[in-house]
Parts: sequence; C-alpha cells; structure tokens
Amino acid sequence: MKLSNLSNLQIDVLREIGNIGAGNAATSMSELMKKRINMTTPSVEVVTFDEMMNIIGGPEEVIVALLFQVHSEAPSTVYFILSIEEAENLVHEITGGTIKLSLLKDEHPNEFAISALKEASNIIIGSFLTALSDFLNINMQPSVPYLSVDMAGAILTAGLIEISQVSDHALVINTEINTSQENNNIHGNFFLLPEPVALPQFFSALGINTYE
Amino acid sequence: MNNDNIVRVGISDLNIAVGSQRIRTSGLGSCVGAVIYDLSSEIAGLAHVMLPDSSLTRQEKINEYKYANTAIPILINKMLSKGAKKYALRAKLAGGAQMFQFSSNTDTMRIGPRNIDAVREQLQNNRIPIVAEDIGGNSGRTIEFNPITGKLKIRTVNKGEKYI
Repeated sequence: MKLSNLSNLQIDVLREIGNIGAGNAATSMSELMKKRINMTTPSVEVVTFDEMMNIIGGPEEVIVALLFQVHSEAPSTVYFILSIEEAENLVHEITGGTIKLSLLKDEHPNEFAISALKEASNIIIGSFLTALSDFLNINMQPSVPYLSVDMAGAILTAGLIEISQVSDHALVINTEINTSQENNNIHGNFFLLPEPVALPQFFSALGINTYE
Repeated sequence: MNNDNIVRVGISDLNIAVGSQRIRTSGLGSCVGAVIYDLSSEIAGLAHVMLPDSSLTRQEKINEYKYANTAIPILINKMLSKGAKKYALRAKLAGGAQMFQFSSNTDTMRIGPRNIDAVREQLQNNRIPIVAEDIGGNSGRTIEFNPITGKLKIRTVNKGEKYI
C-alpha cells in the first residue's frame, strides 16, 4: 500500500496506536523516576529520509538512541531518543543520584551506568510494546536494546534499511515526553517506524479496510 | 565562507561542485559517501549511496540515486558532461559503518560493508582508482570535499576532524 494514500481515518488509528504505546511508556517511566511525565499527542508523518532527520534537529545532531527491533507479524523499529544531557540525567535519577555518566567525554563509560540506561529503556519500551500488543492483539517481541551515541543521520538510517528497499518515504509515529520539574528536565522522543508490511496488519487488527 | 558555496547532498542523492565550491553530505552511517573528482578541471561529484544493488529492490519505480550500481554510473556521466576527463577521474570513499552491533547477522545488518563492496565494484568497472578511504567502524561521519585541493574533510563525533 502507498504511504501517500493513507486516509484520515487510517492516520487517526496510527495516532491512537502511538498514543496508547507512549502513554504506557510514560507511565512506567514516571514510576521508575518517581516523577510526573508529560507527553504530547503523537504526530503521524510520512516523510522523506532527509525530512526524518530534521524532526530531531538535523542529520548532524548528536543524540543518544536506544533501538529495538520488533519481531512480529507487524515488524517495526522503535527508537527511544534522548539528548546526551538528558540520558545522563536519566541515569542519575534512576540510580538514586549515585552514578554520574559522561557519555561523550569518557573513553570507556561506566558499564554500570550504560546497563542502567539500557535496562530503563527496556522497561519503558517494554511497556510501549505490551500496550500495543494488547490493543492490537498482535504479538510484538522486542529485541534487546541497542545503544548508540552519534549523529542522528547515521543512527536513524539504521532503522530505515528495510523500508528503503521498498520506499523513499517512511511513516513516523513520533511522541515527545518531558518531565515537569525545572531541574534535571528530561525530554525525549519515541519513534515508532512500522515496516511497510506492518501497516495492513495494524489496520486489519482494528477492523479497518486497508483499501478505501 | 559563504554558505551558498556549499553544495549539499541528501540521503540517496548526488550532485556536483566546481572550483571554489565545496560539496558536503551529513550523518553517513551505513551509507557510503563516494567522491569522484578530476583535479585538473576542478570538478567533483558526490553520491550518498544507501543500498548496494537496485536489482534487489521490490519497488516499481526506483530512485536511481539510492543504489551504488545506478548512482555511480549516473554521477560519472554527469561529470563527463560538465567537462571532466574520464582518464583523470579519481575517487575517495567514506562511510559504510555499522552503527549497531546487532546480534542477528543477516544481510540487512551487514549493509555497510555491502555498500562499500558495491561502490568499489562500480569504480573498478569504470577504471577509476580509489586514492583514499575512511570506511567501516561504528561512527557516523560528515564529509566535505574541496575540488581544488582534492582533500576530503571527515568529521566524527568522537575523533574530531581529519583530512584524507
């Protein structure tokens, strides 16, 4: 199916999928950090690969990304994206202020801090996918988290390889989250990138005709 | 330097710079930035290749700038029509990294090395020598080429800038 031909109803459904996933992820992040987490209404965008990099500040923006491959009949890639400072703050918070992580400056960053960051993302993205799985009644099995700290362009194309073999556009369901406190403000993005074969699965699971 | 003097190349894109212009592409991961240049006529082309081979595509109408086997010949022809000399063409390559160490070692995951092999094969078919390369590893790269000096500037997040 062509991405450019999505109907308003189909886009609403995808936004709701993002909403349910991110809502649960934000709740589990909030429990983890014992802080209030706010989230935006998800945006559903069909973008060129260059435009996708611009959503988070351009291809050279340095980001911390945790990537999960979703093994499912609706295969997808999920990214949990933070800035360097926000990832460092997140580790600081969840370890009760005991660990200070310096992702760029340390040649060998503290392994305990890295695994704390991966474990937190595991819990957060786990909630994201469990909620989707329950809502759609489709099994969604996340891979282990893969971490990279680098340029957005280099990181995000890694999740586009499957999509790029059939399309020059990607569908991005993007939700922003942030903590409300002034200190150690954490602000991140969830990117859900369904592979082209996943979309008909999403729609038929919810009883929506793929071809309207 | 005036920003208009920089020719920007996007993902699955290619373009040409001449004389005092610079040509640049940002955030190469598994993609390969292939620079082809003729120093004597100060013409340089850059292709940002995303995938190795268009024959594996499942797309009906393909984007020829996306694949090594289509983008490299198109870039060479564009350069020749701008006045570059075929015998004077040289190449420099950057990119082809593996950004994530995926546990499953499928072809999709090895896309960086496959892109490099495919670009090399095209250059060899056209008898264009590769003068220098900065490839592989697991870092993103931003590259900028100067058609007058023939120097390729490579920037990474951790190792700063270098020239090849």
